Amino acid sequence: MLMNVLKGTVSQLRTIGMVFMHSFRKRETLNYPEESVYLPPRYRGRIVLTRDPDGEERCVACNLCAVACPVACISLQKSEREDGRWYPEFFRINFSRCIFCGMCEEACPTSAIQLTPDFELGEYRRQELVYEKQDLLIDGPGKDHDYHFYKVAGLAIAGKDKGKARNEAEPIDVKTLLP
Amino acid sequence: MATIHVDGQRYDVDGADNLLDACLSLGLDVPYFCWHPAMGSVGACRQCAVKQYKDADDTQGKLVMSCMTPASDGTWISIDDDEAREFRASVIEWLMTNHPHDCPVCEEGGHCHLQDMTVMTGHDRRRYRFRKRTHRNQYLGPFIAHEMNRCITCYRCVRFYRDYAGGTDLGAFGANSNVYFGRHQDGVLESPFSGNLTEVCPTGVFTDQTHSERYTRKWDLQFSPSVCHQCAVGCNISPGERYGDIRRIENRYHGEVNRYFLCDRGRFGYGYVNRDDRPRLPEWRSERDEGRVTLEVDAALDRGADRLRSARRVIGIGSPRASLESNHQLRELVGEGNFSTGIVAAEQRCLSLMHELGRSCGLPTPTIRDVEDHDAVLVLGEDLIQSAARIGLAVRQAAYARRESLAAERSIPAWNDAAVRTLGQDDYHPVFIAYPTTTELDDVCAANWALAPDDIARLGFAVAHEIDADAPAVADLDEATRAAARDIAARLTAAKRPLVISGGSLGSEAILQAAGNVARALARRACHGSLLLVRREANSTGLAMMGGEPLEWALDELDSERADAVVILENDLHRRLPGPRVDRALDAAATVVVLDHQRTATWEHAHLGLPAAAFTEADGTLVSLEGRAQRFFQVFDPAYIRPETRIRESWRWLHALRADVLRHDVGDIALDAVTHDCARRYPELAGIIGAAPGADYRVRGLKLAREPHRYSGRTAMRAHIDVSEPRAPQDPDSPFTFSMEGYNGYDRPREEVAFAWAPGWNSPQAWNKFTDEVGGHLRAGDPGVRLLAPRPGDYRYATAIPEGFRPRDGEWQVVVLPRLFGGDETSSRAAPIIERAAPTALTLSADDAGRLGCADGALVEMSSDAGSLTVPVRLDPAFPAGMIGVPAGLDPSLVAGGRARLAVAAAARSAAGEAPPPRAGGADSHADRGDRS
Repeated sequence: MLMNVLKGTVSQLRTIGMVFMHSFRKRETLNYPEESVYLPPRYRGRIVLTRDPDGEERCVACNLCAVACPVACISLQKSEREDGRWYPEFFRINFSRCIFCGMCEEACPTSAIQLTPDFELGEYRRQELVYEKQDLLIDGPGKDHDYHFYKVAGLAIAGKDKGKARNEAEPIDVKTLLP
Repeated sequence: MATIHVDGQRYDVDGADNLLDACLSLGLDVPYFCWHPAMGSVGACRQCAVKQYKDADDTQGKLVMSCMTPASDGTWISIDDDEAREFRASVIEWLMTNHPHDCPVCEEGGHCHLQDMTVMTGHDRRRYRFRKRTHRNQYLGPFIAHEMNRCITCYRCVRFYRDYAGGTDLGAFGANSNVYFGRHQDGVLESPFSGNLTEVCPTGVFTDQTHSERYTRKWDLQFSPSVCHQCAVGCNISPGERYGDIRRIENRYHGEVNRYFLCDRGRFGYGYVNRDDRPRLPEWRSERDEGRVTLEVDAALDRGADRLRSARRVIGIGSPRASLESNHQLRELVGEGNFSTGIVAAEQRCLSLMHELGRSCGLPTPTIRDVEDHDAVLVLGEDLIQSAARIGLAVRQAAYARRESLAAERSIPAWNDAAVRTLGQDDYHPVFIAYPTTTELDDVCAANWALAPDDIARLGFAVAHEIDADAPAVADLDEATRAAARDIAARLTAAKRPLVISGGSLGSEAILQAAGNVARALARRACHGSLLLVRREANSTGLAMMGGEPLEWALDELDSERADAVVILENDLHRRLPGPRVDRALDAAATVVVLDHQRTATWEHAHLGLPAAAFTEADGTLVSLEGRAQRFFQVFDPAYIRPETRIRESWRWLHALRADVLRHDVGDIALDAVTHDCARRYPELAGIIGAAPGADYRVRGLKLAREPHRYSGRTAMRAHIDVSEPRAPQDPDSPFTFSMEGYNGYDRPREEVAFAWAPGWNSPQAWNKFTDEVGGHLRAGDPGVRLLAPRPGDYRYATAIPEGFRPRDGEWQVVVLPRLFGGDETSSRAAPIIERAAPTALTLSADDAGRLGCADGALVEMSSDAGSLTVPVRLDPAFPAGMIGVPAGLDPSLVAGGRARLAVAAAARSAAGEAPPPRAGGADSHADRGDRS
């Protein structure tokens, strides 16, 4: 019994001492928001839509991000421009549902949708967390500087005819008699 | 029966099948491309290789193409064998060497057979480093988009288009690695079955252009089992919806009706459902000259009920394009004596006659699949491709089936397509067609006659007399017709299963009587034949069974002020009777209530317009021309994406209106209650309850899912309206949910399948998982119940044989020629159909044109008592003289059987051919119907 009281008291005093000693350690807590937080470039935060190196929208509205999204918070509609490019007529992310898992980014075949190191999405009204395309689209290529989907894909668009994509031969002339 | 051993397992299969067919029927996954259950095997793609062993002790084995190997008794094969696996993976890799890297921008992605097969064989890395062969695309019309780079040269497209559907303008060009599938030059695909290329093509070469503009992946569409409303055949379809719009129509497999194929009107004619000008709120005006105001549901019902309650007598005009339930509720609202079917008298007489013949001619009505099993066909007065296209395709298969019987004599299996076709060449089962002009089945028919309706009837009566001498003989028959009749009679009686097809397209009761006589004559000789009678609209058959007065009667009641209020259900009267006649009657009525989903000319007359649900937003039952009652289910809730809409099913509106008129509590009502009520009320329709399972149907305690389990965007698609998602819409009317929650599998048989999906099978080929055997029937039985059965009895021959047709001077007999594109009320409001429809033109014989002095394409003024019309003419050398063919959907003032005068239009003489011809299918404006004077 006496032994236990002694042990307990020593333990308590030791703890108080340790806590006290922490006041002389380097502080880990940041004074957010006065001090900014360092986030690694691969941090999975706010989602953006990027543009290809030519400055055109990268998203081709293939719907793969939407289907990969485990909380189904992405919704978009395909449309087609006069030059033959597919693009999303609207592209909506409900950030009040988003869990920042990055599945959309992994699914994206054109590097259009990317997660950025930004978590500052606080709003007073939940409705403000619904982002439309104009809120999502940025002006640069994001993390992937070079990829240009239409230069790889066989679909012809204005300015890139059949046979002009990477690794493509000139179109066949079906009416020729030569083998 | 045969016993085969697959990977050591013993199975009993049908020995007449090939191994691929047998394995797929057993539920084993074997990849394939060129084989198609409806088209047999050619062994072109080498994808379905399996290892075959001599016997149980053979360990060496050899690779065979399972589609080209019979499933004979004692076959030992292995699908899982390493060598076979590797072979199949290599085949895919070769096929993919030229495939463009464009799945994200491909309208096939997500329901692509090539994707499925690539995943199934395990090919996932491109090793081929060299250049890809490319092709240029073609413009193929408003229905089909072309992207030739995706082709894997399986030849399915041309095999379907040319060999199955009889098209001529799609072919294979080039050789070896350059093979190209397309037309000889850009242009609209002519075949009315071109839409099936989108499902037949295993990859994205041919895709649905009507869907492309606002494309959605298959997994993102909400489906329901539905029935095509564009004609009376009753093909099963799966419409897919996204964001409140119907995006595409997919074929829904039905073992007895459409099986794998639809016509283009059914597949691409859905656009009217998405029109922006559709009424979406109740509209009201108390006097005709006032502007319309939109109302809430309760206010609209109250005002409508007030007016109907104070009316002396209310007439109800039903519709053959509305469901049985809606028509029934209307009849309940106005009372039996005040109900009109909304069908013009002449057509209704034909419908009643067809209904009577269906029971009393002694021959049964075949199902569409059954049509293909007949070995002699007589078509009287129907252009099947225009009036019931899917039946036309079935008749074509009936003609082709001759090849299979020839092959059977030489023990060539029916699935060996190339051999069967080479053997058969142009040898067809006899098909005889009598119709005023040429038809698209003429290339397979033994003989065809371009005759006036009365002469068609006389030919039919003569055939009946030749088959059975007791049938009345035709007086003053010319020798050529007699010889023709004798020939037809001989071929029909020689056949194992003769089929007689006729219908109401030409509006001639005499033709129907003649067809009935032929059927009776065949029945008396105890032939195992059938009689098929073609109706015009989706529910014409059902409405004929329900009964009611014709449309003219309803207008007369209003005209003569015996009634002062009218409720019109989903029916544009202006497309049935001359405009002035309809206007006069509607102006005489003190109250006009119109329920419709289209802003029609009749809607413009409404005091109260109630926005009805189109077939994609409603449930209901239709009776198809073979007497099959089939239920269609609501695809989506229009108020989910557009909360401001007040669209309701017509039967719901009418129920509420009736309760309001009677000052009852409206309460709620579900479909099952209305269907049961309807079945109780009309003894002939008692079977409709069994057309589909009721709302309490469950599979493993689950409702059935309308959405594939991958359905995306649930928490974002409505977030711009309100970030808090509402509860998913509830469906009290059917066993389906408006979500992916619920059963969507294939292992528990069920009749009603909203969409076909099985693990690894995203393309329409997934239907193989739902059928008892490949190309067979749904495992739970095919949906729908047949209501028509012949009643035994001693029936008399019809004796009213018309006189032969004689041209009159200065007067032409009007026949309305049905049109696939632009000929019906609803699909002719869809943009792609308007684009595809041929320019409106009157058909005139070359002789008459010479006499009139007009050339092909010249404008002609056609006038009758009811009005006049200036339209270009098309000269047809085969067309009988003394008649004028008016394309359906043009102007109801010139109905069949009437007579008209013709004159070369004055305007035409001065500016010949300069004015563009009026487009077909008046969708938006009355100007579309030609220049009325």
